[in-house]
Amino acid sequence: MQAAEKKVFERPRTLKEVPFHFCPGCHHGIAHRMVAEAIDKFQLRERTIGVASVGCSVFLYDYFDVDVIEAPHGRAAAVATGVKRARNDRIVFSYQGDGDLASIGIAETIHTANRGENITIIFINNTVYGMTGGQLAPTTLLGQKTSTSPYGRDFMQDGYPIRMTEILATLEGTAFAARVAFTTPKNINMAKKAIEKAFQFQKEELGFTFVEVLSACPTNWGLSPVDSMKRVENEMIPYFPLGIFKERKAADVL
Amino acid sequence: MARIEIKQSLCKGCALCTTLCPEGLIEIGKRLNESGYFFAVFREEGTCKGCALCAKICPDVAIEVWK
Amino acid sequence: MTEKQDLVKGNEAVAMGALDAGCRHYFGYPITPQSDIPEYLSYHLPKLGGEFVQAESEVAAINMLLGAAATGVRAMTSSSSPGISLMQEGLSYIAGSEIPIVIINMSRSGPGLGGIAPSQGDYFQAVKGGGHGDYHLLVLAPNSVQELYDLTILAFELAEKYRNPVMILGDAMIGQMKEPLLRRTPEKIVEYPKDWALTGAKGRPQRVLKSLYLKDGELTAHNWKLHQKYEAMKKDEIRYEEVFVEDAELILVAFGSAARISRTSVMMAREQGMKVGLFRPITLFPFPEPRLADFAKKDVGFFVVELNTGQMVEDVKIATAGRSVDFFGKPPGALPTPEEIFEKIREIYPG
Repeated sequence: MQAAEKKVFERPRTLKEVPFHFCPGCHHGIAHRMVAEAIDKFQLRERTIGVASVGCSVFLYDYFDVDVIEAPHGRAAAVATGVKRARNDRIVFSYQGDGDLASIGIAETIHTANRGENITIIFINNTVYGMTGGQLAPTTLLGQKTSTSPYGRDFMQDGYPIRMTEILATLEGTAFAARVAFTTPKNINMAKKAIEKAFQFQKEELGFTFVEVLSACPTNWGLSPVDSMKRVENEMIPYFPLGIFKERKAADVL
Repeated sequence: MARIEIKQSLCKGCALCTTLCPEGLIEIGKRLNESGYFFAVFREEGTCKGCALCAKICPDVAIEVWK
Repeated sequence: MTEKQDLVKGNEAVAMGALDAGCRHYFGYPITPQSDIPEYLSYHLPKLGGEFVQAESEVAAINMLLGAAATGVRAMTSSSSPGISLMQEGLSYIAGSEIPIVIINMSRSGPGLGGIAPSQGDYFQAVKGGGHGDYHLLVLAPNSVQELYDLTILAFELAEKYRNPVMILGDAMIGQMKEPLLRRTPEKIVEYPKDWALTGAKGRPQRVLKSLYLKDGELTAHNWKLHQKYEAMKKDEIRYEEVFVEDAELILVAFGSAARISRTSVMMAREQGMKVGLFRPITLFPFPEPRLADFAKKDVGFFVVELNTGQMVEDVKIATAGRSVDFFGKPPGALPTPEEIFEKIREIYPG
């Protein structure tokens, strides 16, 4: 009989003990867990207000044990702005997909960053509209076939996949902008640190914080979860490079 | 000796955990859970080091790690 | 309580009313003819510790309002017709999520870019829902600077009482004109319990404000619940003004600035010995249908005057089923003169 066996990995307190509705191998669940862990790490649960967006991410409130408001499609950054302006001592985050944030909501996203709103956005880039059945997204890779780009994305027809982290990193209001993925143990650790840093920066009121998560959508990609992970590594990362694109120092805002 | 516990009811059998275990101690089993997924099973007899990579990659937060 | 009257512009009276109602959060986007409201509030709110945000669009503004009001603070926006159209999506979500907000429409003229002249072309949009889904705003239609102020204060109370968006429907005329205002600051702000507000789940279960209901029967129940609120408004919140209606053989029905002009025409008719009265709905939703139905039991005719080609007249016809309802409409361009309306009264006056 072993004496002091310790639990070294468990479900974070902020994440409710309910099964996710996500498809097998979908990375939403990993991102959810990391956000919940960041909230727990800084003991923010009781003063956090989440903003749910439209898409597979809408059921945020079923999983996170925090107050949540549901935003219209694309408007989560504006809603988060309103919440933060009304309650500036609360921690406010939105969690949005690529259709929501980079297409219909790009104006709200850019202006929220540019105003330096002290909120955190977790951005899930999986190169398709997931919930509506895998249509072309602004992030769909060139040549990628989707249900509305059956011949593959052609830049003459649909333009190029948009790199949101790079765009937002150019804005003065952005305090932290990073792109992460879950493809390797190293990348998983980097993702966890980036999400923690985003919340830490918000806590320290340094400005707008943004983490883009390259994510798999096995169902709409028509790949197994394991092959989907390989696609993130081999096809997405070369176009959407990982890393921290902006990291403001506390002294910069004084 | 470390060990992991896989919550059968949460597992969707995506198999991502099986690709990361350095000791090859996890495999997708032959039984279905109540949601109709073949769930991952842990081979107790192995030499688990408690690295928790399986838990960190699990999209369904179905794995707890003990050390 | 102050008794001093000041000469105040309509738009500024709205802003003053909002401040005196305890509103400290404003989100908006400039548009003529209501920009005096954000201009006034951008000056005063920071001094009161409030928040003024000029959003990147009306779409963003209404959603900032959704977020702020969800935390339980009093918050508002203001715009004019094309901007109000852009806010319809957000209004639908706000109504569906049952969040109290106040929205001002100092309407201009349409369709499209239209013009900046006064118009009542937004009546249908205001009272019939406006966005998608089965919902209503509570709509107040002031016709003076004093009423703009008073009804703005009331709007915040009603929004919280019913957890529903409340719209002030004015127009370029009453927003731009100056009149004496008695700024009768309320001694006590009437507030309602906010056991729904998102403040962080400290020592209590999580709260969620949403409009998505996918489980069996949930959305049906939610729609019926909203319907019950609208029925309660119909029972308790109908407001109107009556002038010379007791003995009237012809009742002129008009709201807002059309009612202001029509009032002079009714006086002219009375001077000529014609028994004409004025009925002015102050709440457009709930519409004062029961009161009009009471009049319709007597042998009276109705005459509706609007600054459009005929919108509220449909509701008057429903309320007074069986009675003759004449209509005089003036689409945007030039306002009708009291004489013009008086001539119409003379044409249709019984006998």
